[in-house]
Amino acid sequence: MRNLELYSPVLLPREEYFCSGHRACQGCAEALAVRIVMKALGRNSVVAMATGCMEIVSSPLPTTAWAVPWIHVAFENAAAVASGIEAGLKILMKKGKLPRKKIHVAGMAGDGGTADIGLQALSGALERGHNFTYFCYDNEAYMNTGIQRSSATPFGAATTTSPAGKRIPGQTTWKKNMPAIAAAHDIPYVATACSSYPEDLFEKASRAIETPGPAYVHILSVCPTGWRIPPSTAIKYGRLAVESGAFPLYEVVNGEYFLSKDFLKLLPVKEYFKGHGRFRHLTEDMVNQIQERVSADWEKLKAKCVNVKKG
Amino acid sequence: MAREGMEVSIAAAEAVALCDTDCIAAYPITPQTHIVEHLAELVADGELEAEFIPVESEHSAMSVCCGTAAVGARTFTSTSSQGLALMSEIMFIAASLRLPVVMALVNRSLSGPLSIWNDHSDVMSVRDCGWIQVFVEDGQETVDHMPWAFRVAEDPAVSLPVAVNLDGFILSHVIEPIELWTKEMMQKFLPPFSPVNRLHPDQPVTMGAFAMPDLFTETKMAQNQALIKSKPIILKAWDELLQVTGRRYRPVETYQTEGAKILLVTMGCLGQTAQLAVDALREEGEAVGLVKLRLWRPFPFEEFRKAVEGAELLLVIDRAISFGGPGGPVASELRNALYHAKKPPRVVNMIAGLAGRDVQPNDFEQMVEQAKAKVAEGKEDDYLIYGVRG
Repeated sequence: MRNLELYSPVLLPREEYFCSGHRACQGCAEALAVRIVMKALGRNSVVAMATGCMEIVSSPLPTTAWAVPWIHVAFENAAAVASGIEAGLKILMKKGKLPRKKIHVAGMAGDGGTADIGLQALSGALERGHNFTYFCYDNEAYMNTGIQRSSATPFGAATTTSPAGKRIPGQTTWKKNMPAIAAAHDIPYVATACSSYPEDLFEKASRAIETPGPAYVHILSVCPTGWRIPPSTAIKYGRLAVESGAFPLYEVVNGEYFLSKDFLKLLPVKEYFKGHGRFRHLTEDMVNQIQERVSADWEKLKAKCVNVKKG
Repeated sequence: MAREGMEVSIAAAEAVALCDTDCIAAYPITPQTHIVEHLAELVADGELEAEFIPVESEHSAMSVCCGTAAVGARTFTSTSSQGLALMSEIMFIAASLRLPVVMALVNRSLSGPLSIWNDHSDVMSVRDCGWIQVFVEDGQETVDHMPWAFRVAEDPAVSLPVAVNLDGFILSHVIEPIELWTKEMMQKFLPPFSPVNRLHPDQPVTMGAFAMPDLFTETKMAQNQALIKSKPIILKAWDELLQVTGRRYRPVETYQTEGAKILLVTMGCLGQTAQLAVDALREEGEAVGLVKLRLWRPFPFEEFRKAVEGAELLLVIDRAISFGGPGGPVASELRNALYHAKKPPRVVNMIAGLAGRDVQPNDFEQMVEQAKAKVAEGKEDDYLIYGVRG
């Protein structure tokens, strides 16, 4: 987002730790999400990132877009590496081998690196209770390798491995509910966010990193390349995903659910699908099927969000 | 310090604890288990101030080790067979990231069929992962090589991971008289870990960047050079270990090689059994000797060539198979090392002791007979799986 600081002069710090010059596609809302998260993490942080779009665009030797210490080891282990960083720093400070200092440790991965291949390492790290925050940048497919379906790809979406064929019309499974899986670990903080709502994302990232123990933030990161939408519409489609209830924004704080964005009436999902290349082939029946599911999920979520946030 | 009878795994754990290790990440896998169990005990009892990270898989064990080593914590793990296979992806990366992780690799066979017993098929699967790799043959060597491994791995000029290979069960689970190091010995030998780079906000670095074809080859060359150049530091560490303990270790050990026409070549525990066989054969008037490879990576070409000079026949015992290939991985490397020698000995390869099948002194004697027969037939390029039925 160009001139982000003009729009949010007070709410977001000016300092950049995910710097310009990286090679993300035009209109990449994931790069924007990383940028906002890094503003929350700040200088005193260490990032472990999985293989994926953000890793590839940000670290071609001998250059780097990272102004904070950053490590990439492999695809499926960002959470494990982050937990090692946390444990290592903790014991070195405890033993007096490093001066005491508050350092935020973050693990970052895409939806494939989180919901598919990295799920085991993430579950282990959450269960062990490391003091770190895991950010999942969900662009709803393996975009880095050429738009293959993941378990986070929504029902009906066309990808290169769930193509809109004559017999099978795109993805045949429903999006895996990763935030619920994270919350099932009884960790103190889980949130969903979207870079189309930068202040909300910044606040949630800040809250997550300040929470002692493991925290999980799941960020819908619109991918114009993979979703087959014009780069200039990335922010708009993020908003449509939230306003239609396809990707609701909420927090789970110590097991209590709080809705971040409520709507008197959700937009119909067909408004979200309009102009969306990956949903172009959907029949009316399929759209209705999705609408039913989205409405039902929204009601279920609202039923959980009976709490009113204090303060 | 007096020798004390103790299980080798327990002694290895005591040695790791004496090294003031900061982080241990491990997943249970037989026969490695006792090492990490005892480390967990030492941490739980407050005898070792360390983070013990009981991970959910071997893959995560090595991944956590990458994280802990990257922030500058002295890092240890231990594994075997299937666990090694699962963590192998990250082993390659740990070496290329130049992270000085130390691992006790308790060797046992790779499945299938599933077996928990000892051979070298696990370690041979990661031969080219870029780690420094040594083989020990008794409990004392195991204990001595824990501080040695940290010392070499963490040397700023090396900064590479080290695997200390010890045979599963026949070494890891036996009780031997072992001298543990004193704190004074450790202080003299092992300096604190001071990493070249660490992940810390005071001096941000990017680790694990990706390389396009125009830079990838150069990074691999640099990594290979680092491994090759670790050898003088390895030798120096052994020299200083001698000063501290009085025990001498070399990259290649020899036994009764003087005047020997036939040389047995072993790695790991089999060396001790082979020594007994050599004694017996010498008594029978056979000019037989023994060469034991301790350093596997970086490979000690010079020392090996010197050790086998003058021999007519090498009988190389492998404990792994290269399926459809030249036999065993050790023999094929040794043949390669000798290819340009002026008067190379003939090399006969026997594969023995797979998945814990016992190899006794008289087996070596029979192997020598069979090797001679192979040479007489002119079939020394072939290999034999020793003692196999059917």
